[in-house]
This record gives sequence, C-alpha cells and structure tokens, in this order.
Amino acid sequence: MKILNKELLIDAAGTRIGKITVLAPDIALKARPGQFIVLMISEKGERVPLTVVEKDVSKGTIILIFQEAGLTTKLLGRMGAGEELYALVGPLGHATEIKNYGKAILVGGGVGIAEIYPVAKALKDSGNHVATVLGARTKELLILEEELKKTSDEFYVATDDGSYGRKGFTTDILEELLNKGKYDLVYSVGPIPMMKRSAAVTKKFNVRTVVSLNAIMVDATGMCGCCRVTVGGKTFFSCVDGPEFDAHQVDWDELIKRNRIYDDKEKHVCKLNNLI
Amino acid sequence: MKKEPVNVKEMGPALRKRNFEEVVLGYAETEAAAEAARCLQCKNPACIAGCPVGIDIKKFISRITQKDYKGAYETIREKNNFPSICGRVCPAEYQCRRACVFTKKGLPFAPKETINIHFLERFIGDYGMRNNLDAPKTPDKGLSKYKVAVVGSGPAGLCSAGELARYGVRVVIFEGLQKPGGVLRYGIPPFRMPRDILDFEIDYLKKLGVEIIPNFIIGRTKTLDELFADGFSAVFLGVGAGIPSFLGIPGENLCNIYSANEFLTRVNLMSAYKFPEFHTPVNIGNKVLVIGGGNTAMDAARAGLRLQNMTKGGSDTTIIYRRTEAEMPARRLEIEHAKEEGVKFKFLMQPVAFMGDENGFVKKMRCLECKLGEPDSSGRRRPVPIEGSEFDIECDIAIIAVGLKANQILISVTPELKTDKYGDLIVNRDTMETSIKGVYAGGDIVGGEGTVIEAMGMAKKAARGILEYLKEK
Repeated sequence: MKILNKELLIDAAGTRIGKITVLAPDIALKARPGQFIVLMISEKGERVPLTVVEKDVSKGTIILIFQEAGLTTKLLGRMGAGEELYALVGPLGHATEIKNYGKAILVGGGVGIAEIYPVAKALKDSGNHVATVLGARTKELLILEEELKKTSDEFYVATDDGSYGRKGFTTDILEELLNKGKYDLVYSVGPIPMMKRSAAVTKKFNVRTVVSLNAIMVDATGMCGCCRVTVGGKTFFSCVDGPEFDAHQVDWDELIKRNRIYDDKEKHVCKLNNLI
Repeated sequence: MKKEPVNVKEMGPALRKRNFEEVVLGYAETEAAAEAARCLQCKNPACIAGCPVGIDIKKFISRITQKDYKGAYETIREKNNFPSICGRVCPAEYQCRRACVFTKKGLPFAPKETINIHFLERFIGDYGMRNNLDAPKTPDKGLSKYKVAVVGSGPAGLCSAGELARYGVRVVIFEGLQKPGGVLRYGIPPFRMPRDILDFEIDYLKKLGVEIIPNFIIGRTKTLDELFADGFSAVFLGVGAGIPSFLGIPGENLCNIYSANEFLTRVNLMSAYKFPEFHTPVNIGNKVLVIGGGNTAMDAARAGLRLQNMTKGGSDTTIIYRRTEAEMPARRLEIEHAKEEGVKFKFLMQPVAFMGDENGFVKKMRCLECKLGEPDSSGRRRPVPIEGSEFDIECDIAIIAVGLKANQILISVTPELKTDKYGDLIVNRDTMETSIKGVYAGGDIVGGEGTVIEAMGMAKKAARGILEYLKEK
C-alpha cells in the first residue's frame, strides 16, 4: 500500500490531476481493464473508488490517476512517494468484456480519459480497430495523449475553447464518425453530461454503447446500496453489478442527482481543511 | 417468595440520546451476586438448551454466587469465545431466558422476572477482560502443522478462528473491510457494542496466534483455489448476509433514502457521527423515518435520533412497521431503549411509494394502513393492507431496514459452491461442510439473517468439522 511514485500530470486552469504508483502485488496480479480499487488515505478517511489505469505484475504495482475534486482526492494529491495508504482493496467490479468487436470508438472526457486507456489498450491488443476521441476544457488539461495515440488507429481531440484539436465536444466528433462509417462498439467515460450525450448520439445509430459509472460508494462490495443506479427500469448496484452498464438504459438524471447528495458537506469539509 | 430481578444500571435517556457511548452500564459485583442468587439452580436446567452454543449457565451462575469469578469465566469460555460481546448483543429473551423456568409456557419471549443471564455473562466477560484471564487452551500437537483460512471476520469467522486456534491450528482471517468485526463493527452501533470491548475480544484472538489480514476479499483479491494452493488445508466461510433488501417501490432511489446497512456503515465503521474530523459524511434531516421492526431498524433509528440531537438540538425519528409491537423481531430491550430516547413508533403501515423534490431529495412517503390477518410461515400474524387507506407522511431521511441477503461476491466466482433458492450456502448440517471438500461455512451465509450467537453456534460446529477433517488427513 506504499506510494512508490507520485506525479502531478496537470496543474493548470484550476485543475490538478495526479498519478500515483502504488505497491499492491495481489491487486496487480488480478486487476483487469475496467476494474477499480477502493482506498483510504488515513484511518479517518473516506473509502473512495478509483479505476486501475495500469499495472505491472513483475513489480507488483498499480497506477491510479485522479482529479483533485473532493476532500479525499485533494488530500491524496498532497501525499508523496514513500507514504502509505491506510487501506487499499480490490480489484472490484466486473472487468470490461474484451474481445474482437470489429471497430470501436473510445470516448474519454477529462479525467475519464484515464479510465478508457486500459480498455483501449486491451481492445487494440484483441485486434479491434480503435478510434479514440478525447475531450478536455482546454489544451493544457488533456492527459495521456501520447499513450492513447499509440493504441489508436484513429485519434481525435476536442476542446471546449478550441485551444487544441476541434472546438466543441467529443460527442460532435462521435456523431461524425458514426455518420461516416460503421462501428460496433462505443465505450465512453467522462463527466456524466458527456456520457449522457454519448448515449443519446449512439442511440440514433443503434451502436452498442458501454459506460463506466462513477456513483458514490462506501464499502463497494454490494453491502450498502449507496451506488444504486437505475438501468433499464431496474435497480443495480454499480459496485458489484457494474461499474459498466448499457449506456442506452441508464437513468442519467437520477445518477446526476444522487451524485450530489453530499455536495454541501464536501464543500464544508474542504473549506475547514483550507482546500478550497 | 421470588426475589425481584436486579435492574441493570443505564445511562439516562436525556444524556445518552446526545452521544454514542454505551447505554447499558452492566452489573457491579454486588448486583451480579444478587441476581445470581435468584437462580433456582434447577435440577434439569432448560436454559442451557436455549443457548445456541450450550454454555453451562447453571454452573457459571453458581460460580458467581461462590464469588469464583475465574471459575465462572472458564465455564463460559469453554463454550463461548466472546462473552463480553454476547453478553451485550444476544437476544437472551428469545433464547436462554425464554427457556428459563420463570418463563411461562407459550410466551413469545421471556418476561422480566427471568434471570438476567446475559447481564451475568457480560459481568463475567468484562471481569475476565479487566483481569486478563486466559482462555482455556487445549493445543493438539498434531494439528499445529495445518493452516486454515477463515473468510470474513464477523461473529462466525471470529468464533471459528478462536475454536481452531485453541487446538493449535494456525489460522489466518481474511477481511474485506479495513477493520475486523464484520457486522459487530459496521452494523452494531458503539452505544450497544463499545469499540474498546470489540477490539479487546478480537485482540484475544491475536493472543491465540490468529493472524488477521484486512482489505482482502476472497473471490476478488484471491480465489478459494488459490488459498489451497497457498498451503491452506481447509477454509471456513463466514462471509455473512450483507446485501440490503429494498422495498421495490417507486421513488426508492431518491436522495437521502438509505439502506440501514449504508446508514449504519457510514455511522459505525466510518465514524460519520464524528464528521468532519472523520471524512465520511451522512445526511441527517428534520424528519427521519425508519422502515422495519428488527434490531437493525432499532439501531438505525437510535443512531439517527442521536445524530439529530447532536446536530439539531432535537429529534423527530419514527419507526414504521407493518405489524404491531408484539410481532416486532427486535430485542425487547432495544425497543424499550428506543422509546425512552424518544423514537416514535407507527404500527400497521406499509410504505407504497416515496416522493421527492425537484433536486431528487425525498420529501414524503406514501403508506397504506394494515390490519393483522392470519399467521404466516413465521408464526406471526400477517399484515394485510387496507385498500383505499393511502396517506402521506413527511420525511427528509428514510432508512430501509427490511432484511439482508447472502453476500454473493465469493459465491458468484465459485460455481462449485452449491446454494439454495435464497442464495445461502448448502452445507452438511452435521459438519457444516459445503459442497467443496475442505470448505466449511457458518453464520448468516448458511442460515440467512440470524443472531450473533446463532452464527457462533454454527461456527463452532464447523470448527469441530474442520478439526475432524484435519485429523483424518
């Protein structure tokens, strides 16, 4: 559970994205693309889920990438190499179903780009044609560009302000690609509005679309139901039934509301800790 | 003439409803002696058969009357590894005390006149803890070469680990959460099960040589096969029933509708009652509804009421139950304590929907009135909703405490483990062996939701099964 390496990938435009390499041989051995871990930074900390972005079985390490958004990620961003996490458990959730689908489009927005990276690699390795569409608010907030270029047959970037790549949203590019050619899978991870728009776009083309949901979790082993989401009219627990679901079936508005349950408390505790 | 039972000292409701400290303070020595003296020392004591682990109740009570507390301690420890835990959480009025000669035939639970066996057990357990008394060990040299893995550190896991370690088996407990104890840690609040007591009882296992590995999920971090490959000779599964049931009614995923498990895990395991010192938040509103009539419902209501008193200076917490008080499965003591603290009770009501505001937060619960019908398979009279009796209750927090289902993580990746229609493990009832050779199970994963002591009873039987299995190897 020791942090072996710490890197600040982004520190610009009010956004900080960190990358840590953690010693966790058992998890490294088992983790597959799409799975996540839960960590606690201290005995008083929260249990927070993060996707396993990379792993190295021979070194027994996993790599986690996180945007400093709430108290825990802000404090994690202040931890450095040599420090120990209080708790780390996993891998959790179902792995992505990796097989040769044919042609796949991977859409990543913001820190969600970190989550599509292991899936893009695995899909490429399984013989898929991989088209990658990345989105960020502005050029300096884009992560893993070089890494994802290497795993992609087609590569596109959209920025909200047009400072890099196309001005606009990832979903504009997604729609163009689907208009031009036939794709067999869309895998989309990012802010909920982006995933919701992705789903709306691909629905028109009837393309299988998978999203990885970032619901709030506590134990993350199916025992609390905090992360419940409505998919196809039925309730599922993101932690054990997901985190991936059929994007066309997700009740996005419910997820958006449920992810705001603790917004006021989060702000309060960040203020108290001088982290705003 | 029968002597009056000795009341146990408690922290007064006005004080305790504002904190998470232990409510029941336990007997002092003179009180324990007076209560023990009430025991008739029956020739054929029925109470022993009422105890799921078969503690020699008559003998340990007689030891108390002789002031032989060490003897009493050893008598209990012979059968029960965790007297300070069981003395606090056992529903004695449904078990040993119901079997007590002072309980008239046919009563659903023991009346107050019965011997307060649980308080006496607690007195002795705490005495042993304070005086560092050793548990009886009976190591068997032939067994020390074996390693047994225990999956889960709840009541069943802890108990089987203790039993096996006493015979010299090397035991490693794997726990998925960051701290051991299972439901004793995440489910039962500190005001019923103080954390220092829980830690002491778990540390006692470490003294017996048991190793505890937290943050390790069998079925995810490692599989059962890998445990055997790592050199474990047998495995005990005490993975519990932790999957919360919901009502399955419209609006149930609105914000601030919690499963009791989530609410209690936030409060107990993650210490949300000490937010923001501890970082995990929990929301607490002006009107809390708790749906259910079991111990979990009582725990959730009493925790919610405390949080209201601590943060809002007053409380409005109501338990909604579809039958009446007589049918409530909760311990009578918890019901009484809840009432004293100001928890309100509404009976014969069945929720049918939740309604929220534009931000998705719950605001109202719609209910139907019920009447009692014929007894169902549990022997309790079935609630029958009255058509057209809908009415709404305001609320800004709702906590659902209507039962738990078997944990599925390990089972879902181990198809060789046979389960019944409820998802519980099927075992040989004599040995507690599952459908996989060398893999045993006990606790809620076998029997469905039960009590701490029932789980321990199964775990002891499984431990015996494992010992036999190892000896035959």
